Amino acid sequence: MATLTLRNVKKRFGATEVIHGVDIDVDDGEFIVIVGPSGCGKSTLLRMVAGLETVTSGKIAIDGRRVNDLEPMDRDIAMVFQNYALYPHMSVFDNISYGLKIAKMPKEEIAERVAVAAKMLQLEPYLSRRPRELSGGQRQRVAMGRAIVRKPSVFLFDEPLSNLDAKLRVQMRLEIKALQKDLGITSLYVTHDQVEAMTLADRMIVMNAGVADQIGKPLDVYANPATEFVAGFIGSPATNFVPPAAVAGAPSGAARLGIRPEHARLTDAGSGRMQGVVTFSEALGAETLIHLVLPSGAPFTVRQDGALPRPVEGEPCGIDWPDGADIRFDADGRRIALP
Amino acid sequence: MVQKRGIGHWFTHLGLIVGVLIIFFPIWLAFVASTVTQPEIVRPPMPLWPGDRFVENYTSALVSGINAPVARMLVNSLVMALGIAIGKIIISLLSAFAIVYFRFPGRRLFFWLIFLTLMLPVEVRIVPTYEVVAGFGMLNSYSGLIFPLIASATATFLFRQFFLTVPDELAEAARVDGARPMRFFWDILLPMSRTNIAALFVILFIYGWNQYLWPLLITTDPSMNTIVMGIKQMFPSGDDVADWPVIMATSILAMLPPIVVVITMQNLFIRGLVDSEK
Amino acid sequence: MEKRVTFKGWTLPLCLLLPQVAITAVFFFYPAGQAVYQSLFIPDPFGLKSQFVGLGNFNYLLNDPYYRASFATTAVFSGLVTVVSMGIALYLAILADRLIKGAGTYRTLLIWPYAVAPAVAGVLWMFMFNTRVGVVTWYLGLLGYDWNHVLNEGEAMGLVVAASSWGRVSYNFLFFLAGLQAIPKSVIEAAAIDGARFWTRFRTIVWPLLSPTTFFLLVVNVVYAFFETFGVIHTITSGGPQQATTILVYKVFSDGFVGQDLGSSAAQSVILLVVVGLLTVIQFKFIERRVHY
Repeated sequence: MATLTLRNVKKRFGATEVIHGVDIDVDDGEFIVIVGPSGCGKSTLLRMVAGLETVTSGKIAIDGRRVNDLEPMDRDIAMVFQNYALYPHMSVFDNISYGLKIAKMPKEEIAERVAVAAKMLQLEPYLSRRPRELSGGQRQRVAMGRAIVRKPSVFLFDEPLSNLDAKLRVQMRLEIKALQKDLGITSLYVTHDQVEAMTLADRMIVMNAGVADQIGKPLDVYANPATEFVAGFIGSPATNFVPPAAVAGAPSGAARLGIRPEHARLTDAGSGRMQGVVTFSEALGAETLIHLVLPSGAPFTVRQDGALPRPVEGEPCGIDWPDGADIRFDADGRRIALP
Repeated sequence: MVQKRGIGHWFTHLGLIVGVLIIFFPIWLAFVASTVTQPEIVRPPMPLWPGDRFVENYTSALVSGINAPVARMLVNSLVMALGIAIGKIIISLLSAFAIVYFRFPGRRLFFWLIFLTLMLPVEVRIVPTYEVVAGFGMLNSYSGLIFPLIASATATFLFRQFFLTVPDELAEAARVDGARPMRFFWDILLPMSRTNIAALFVILFIYGWNQYLWPLLITTDPSMNTIVMGIKQMFPSGDDVADWPVIMATSILAMLPPIVVVITMQNLFIRGLVDSEK
Repeated sequence: MEKRVTFKGWTLPLCLLLPQVAITAVFFFYPAGQAVYQSLFIPDPFGLKSQFVGLGNFNYLLNDPYYRASFATTAVFSGLVTVVSMGIALYLAILADRLIKGAGTYRTLLIWPYAVAPAVAGVLWMFMFNTRVGVVTWYLGLLGYDWNHVLNEGEAMGLVVAASSWGRVSYNFLFFLAGLQAIPKSVIEAAAIDGARFWTRFRTIVWPLLSPTTFFLLVVNVVYAFFETFGVIHTITSGGPQQATTILVYKVFSDGFVGQDLGSSAAQSVILLVVVGLLTVIQFKFIERRVHY
C-alpha cells in the first residue's frame, strides 16, 4: 500500500541522455502501464524505480520516502522480469521463497505465505519442480508468486507477457489484472503492446524518446491524444495523418491532421473531403479495412462495418469524416486544442 | 551418413580394432611385466601373458618400493593433484566473480595481468620459481608442490566465460530478492556452475597428477616424491639391473587414478576439454 | 562483453582477487621478471656477485652451436610429434565417424591414454624398446635389425617421438571425431548424390570443413611438444645421445639445474617465454575468430 512519485527523473548513459525528465504520480493501489516503442526508455525508467539503474537526477519516492540511493531490497518493491529470471537450479518453492529466506523470515511463515501464493496462482502441484519442467505460463506464475509473497508496496512488471504465445498472453493478462485488483498493490507495468496497456491500465503513460508524452486513462488517451506520436502509436489500425492542404475545407492553423480509421467513411468519387484510389480491402468479418492511396502517394485506411459493400480494387473513392473528428497538431506534433 | 555396406564395414571395424590394440599394447606389456618375476623379464623375450606374481609385486611396490613405499608416493600425488585442482578452482571462481560482477578501479589491469599468465607453463620459468620456493623454505613440502602450479589463469578465464553467459536478470532478481553479492555467489552462481566445476576438476586433477618436472626439482626427499616422478628414481644409476616387475607395477599404479577418473567421468571430461580449449 | 548488472563497492572484489593476485605475483610474475633480469647477468663462479652483460647471454646463445642444434632438434621433434599424432588420430577418427553404431565405444577405448602422464608413457616405451630386456627390441633382433636408441641418434629421436605421440593420439582423436560429427550429414549426402566418391568427398568437403579443428590442434600440439614432453625425454634419453634429443625445455633444465649456468638458463627461459607468447597470440587470434562472444 503505497504511492509512487517520480519528479523530473533523468537518466544519462555517458554523454547521451535517454530519459529527459519524467514526472509521474501513482496513487495507492493504482495500476499504471508505461507503453512505448522499443528504445523509448520505458524499461530504463522501470529499472530506476527498481534500483537496478542509478538515477542521474531527479527524485523517486515510494510512499513519500526518497529511495534514489537505496538498494533494490530496501525499497519494498517486487519485480517480474521479462524472461522470468527464475533460478534454474532451485525448485518452485525455493524460487518463490528465496527473498523471504534472505530476509530471515521464520520457516513456518515462509511456508504459509508460499502456500497462499501457490493457491492463488494454481501452482500447488508444482512446488517441488524445477523451472525447466514447467510450461511458459507456469513459469510466469512462479515469477508472479515470487513477487507476491514479499507483500511489497509496489509491483514492477517488465514486459512480463512478451515471451508467451498469443492465447496465453490474453489469459495471463486477465489473471494479472484480477490479481492486482485483489491484492490492491500499487503497480507499474512496462509493455510495448498497446492492447495490454489499454486493457490493464487504470492510467497509462505513453513514452516516446525518453519523454512521457501523455498520462491518462486509456480511453481518454485514445480519444484525446496529446501528441501526434500518441495518436499514431495508440490505436490499430493507426491514425491517418494528412497535411491540411490536401483536405477540402481544412481548418487553418494546423500543421497536420489526424483521422482515426473508424471516423472516416467512403463516399462517391469526387465528393467528400479527400480523394483516393482503393488498393486493397481486408474483410475481417465484423469490419472491413479499406486501404487507399492518396493522390500524394500516401496511404490512408478506412475502417467500416463488415456489412457495408466493399469497393473493388482500383476504384476511385471520396473520403469523408464528420466535423470535429479530425485531430489537429501543430508543427511540433503537439495537439492544438479545439477552439 | 553415407553408409558403408558389407565388407567395407568390417574393414572399418578392423582398422579401429588394430588401432585400439596398438594403443593398448604398451599398457598391456607393462601390466604383464608387473605380474611376472624378474628373471622372466631379463631373459628375453618376456612373456606376453600375465603371470601369477600380481599380489607379490604390487604388495612389494606399495609397501616397500625402492626408495620410498609407493603407497606414500600415491598419497603425495593425491594431495598434490587435489590441492592443485581444488585450489585453482577456488581462487579462479573468486577472481572470475570479482572481474565479471564488479566495477572497480584497476579492473581491466587485473584482467590483463591474469590473462597474461594463460598458457605459460611452469617449465619456462623453472629456475627463478625454484629460487622463490626455496626462499620460502617450501622445498619438500606440499605447498611447494601446489602453489606454483596454481599460478595461472586458465580456469579464471573459463569461469569468466561461463559467468558471462549467465543471464543478467538472475543477478537482478537476486538483488531484488535482497541477496548481497556473496549470497548471490553462493546461492545462485555456484550451484549453476556445478557442471563446469566438475569438468574442470577432472582436467586439473589429471594435470596435477601428471606433473613431472616440478616435483622432480623440489622434492629431494624420497618420502615427498610423487609417483609419476618417483618411477624414474627407481631406476638404478650405472649398470645395475632395474627391478622391472616393481617398476612396472608402480607405473600401472601411477596411471590408474587418472584413467579411472577419465573413464568414469568421460562425458564430463570431454565436455570440459572441448569447452576449455575451444 | 560486459555485464549490465554489477554489484557496488570495490573492497569486496579486491578481496576476492587477492588470493589469485598474490599467488600469481609471487609464483608467476616475480619469477618471470627474475628470469628476464638474470638473463642480463653472468654470475661469477662462486655465485657471490654477478656481472651485467646486457644482451651478452642472448648473443652467446644465438651463436652457440649447441643451442642452435637444440632449436633444430625441437623443430624436428615437435613437427614429427604433431604430424604423427594428428595423422593417426585423424585416420582413426575418420574410421569411427563412418560407423553408425559403436563410435562411442571406440572413443572410450581410445580416450584413456590421454590420462597417462608423459613421464609414465616414457617409461612404458623405454621398457618396450629397452636394449637389454625390450620385447620389441628382441623381435626386431629376430628380424635382423639391431635396435639401440642409446647409441643411435635417429632411433633415439624416433622413440621419443613415438612415446610423445602415443598419449596425444587420444586427445587429437577426441577433437577430430567431434569435428567430423559436427559436419552436417546432409552436406556429405548431397555430395554423394552428386557422385563424389569417398576420397573426393573427403578432399573437397570434409577436410575444408574440418580445418578449424585441424588448425587448433596444430597449435595445441606444437605447444604440447615444446613444453609438456619433458617427462618423456627425461625418462627415455635424458637428452642424449650426443644431445640428439635435447629439446629447448630440456636444455633450460640441464643448463640451469645440472650445469648451474644460471645466466644462460634464464636467457633460454626468456626466449621460451617469447615463443609461448607468440603461440598464444596465434591461438587467441584464432579463438577470437571462432568463438563469438
